[in-house]
Amino acid sequence: MNASVSEANVVLDYTPQELMVAAAAREIADGELVFVGMRLPLLAFLLAKRSHAPSALGLFENGVIRDTAAPRAFMTMGDPVNLTYALKCTEMKEIMAYLQRGRVNLGFVGGAEIDRFGNLNTSMIGRPGEDGFVRLPGSGGGSDIACLAQRLLIIMAHQKRRFKEKVSYITSPGYGDGGSWRTGAGLIRGGPKAVITTMGILRFDPETREAYLDSIHPGVTADEVKANTGWDLKVSTDVSVTRAPTEAELAVIREYDPQGHWTGWRKR
Amino acid sequence: MGASKIIPLDEAIRQLTTDGMSLALGTALEGMIPFAAGHEIIRQGKKDLTLIGPISDILFDQLIGAGSVARVIAAWVGNVTSGAGYNFRRAVEQGHPRSIEVLDHSNYSLALALAAGAAGTEFAVTRSLFGSDISLNQDIFRELICPFTGERHLAVRALRPDLTILHVQRCDSRGNAHFWGSSGVSLDAAAAADRVLLTTEEIVPTEFIRSDPSRTLIPEFLVSAVALVPWGAHPSSVYGFYGHDDDYYIEYAQATKDRTAAHAWYQEWVFGLPDRAAYLQHLDAARLARLRLTHPALTIPVDFGY
Repeated sequence: MNASVSEANVVLDYTPQELMVAAAAREIADGELVFVGMRLPLLAFLLAKRSHAPSALGLFENGVIRDTAAPRAFMTMGDPVNLTYALKCTEMKEIMAYLQRGRVNLGFVGGAEIDRFGNLNTSMIGRPGEDGFVRLPGSGGGSDIACLAQRLLIIMAHQKRRFKEKVSYITSPGYGDGGSWRTGAGLIRGGPKAVITTMGILRFDPETREAYLDSIHPGVTADEVKANTGWDLKVSTDVSVTRAPTEAELAVIREYDPQGHWTGWRKR
Repeated sequence: MGASKIIPLDEAIRQLTTDGMSLALGTALEGMIPFAAGHEIIRQGKKDLTLIGPISDILFDQLIGAGSVARVIAAWVGNVTSGAGYNFRRAVEQGHPRSIEVLDHSNYSLALALAAGAAGTEFAVTRSLFGSDISLNQDIFRELICPFTGERHLAVRALRPDLTILHVQRCDSRGNAHFWGSSGVSLDAAAAADRVLLTTEEIVPTEFIRSDPSRTLIPEFLVSAVALVPWGAHPSSVYGFYGHDDDYYIEYAQATKDRTAAHAWYQEWVFGLPDRAAYLQHLDAARLARLRLTHPALTIPVDFGY
């Protein structure tokens, strides 16, 4: 998928993933404590650090706390370069305790499947013995982040098979079946703030907690988004167009994804 | 002076592992994974193992594909660099090479289960996982009301592995281990276990350990045996020694995508190689050279004097 948009007479070329990274980065405020995952969330954190959120701190579940972007690109949080000049290297238990204590402002997760209330499945599609049963890797720290972070950002490819009326397994809880479900379930805070997809950005109604389309990426229509969503997706009455990444943002993203492994920019 | 616990890796695996035991591995997450020890377990044909780990990466996938595993207790099983672990998927979806039971945790609940095991309590408590289907497994999780405030908590059952295998940067012959970098759940996994095997990049005099006691992760009384295995964590990273071999993970994913190719992978990388020295030769010197660290970042010495 390519996207070419004209902005102030400059034609920008970027991939949907690059736009997702830029949009995700804008959700990070300066000074925040951010629970950083790998892939696109990592790029979003690095981009935020290098642009509008220089004093954000990153927590990695293997036990790393950083206040600077790593000196070069890396593919896993266990790459030595992610430890070089970190503020602290510790245990997972300490990092997770900060999360549980409510100190973490923002966490990122991805998912294989999501439903209209932002519940995520990364565990299994179907059940053992059923046709089409697929075992996925599992939660990792995803369910902890979804339960305990103050705000949750979800980053996913927008496909009908992934955006389902109901997920077959809730690995990371969103808003359950809506309303005040989280409180009833025993959760003490949090919930998804936005779902940043390859086609647009979904946000959640403050009362019903149902997802609605809040902004559409350049070159995409609301009908296309709805056609790729497995439920009758509500569309905001003042739906906007997602801001395209700037050249400066793209330069940082490409510096940290030099091969285009996550954003696919070399193949655009 | 305590007696030396240094023995060759194959001997350590023979002495410390038995069919049907539970084994914690990959406890520092993406780095410091004891791959050499895992390959020796496969070569010795151990069976019916229970694997315990948070984000276990492809060492779990390799042990599962070899048919060594009956049960996995983990938060995530796959390939950290590329996603799916194909041997894991085949075992769960098709029962090939054998069916396995999976007990799903989150990273935090697994960390807490080991912390309870390490501290000698029967459970830990958390406020995570409410509303997640993971918490529905009553064998591991039960809701608990706080006796002081009446608030809802989740009890997580303690885990005590029969054996924890850790790869470390350096230790002495008695098993006092320096470990630097992020350690995941390594200390609790070691302290919860009945026995601990250390594989290490270097063996150093105890004076080295005493020179920097804050860097000691594992004290000797937890450790049953020490095996010197340079590059013992490849393709994962060892902080201060070598980087993460991302290409290897991608190649592994491609090589194990289908069942027949996976069989060839085991012949090439495990059964066809008698030990780690042969593995390193097969990997070739140029590749190892590329993984060596190129940008030193030395600590500023601290004073432990009086």
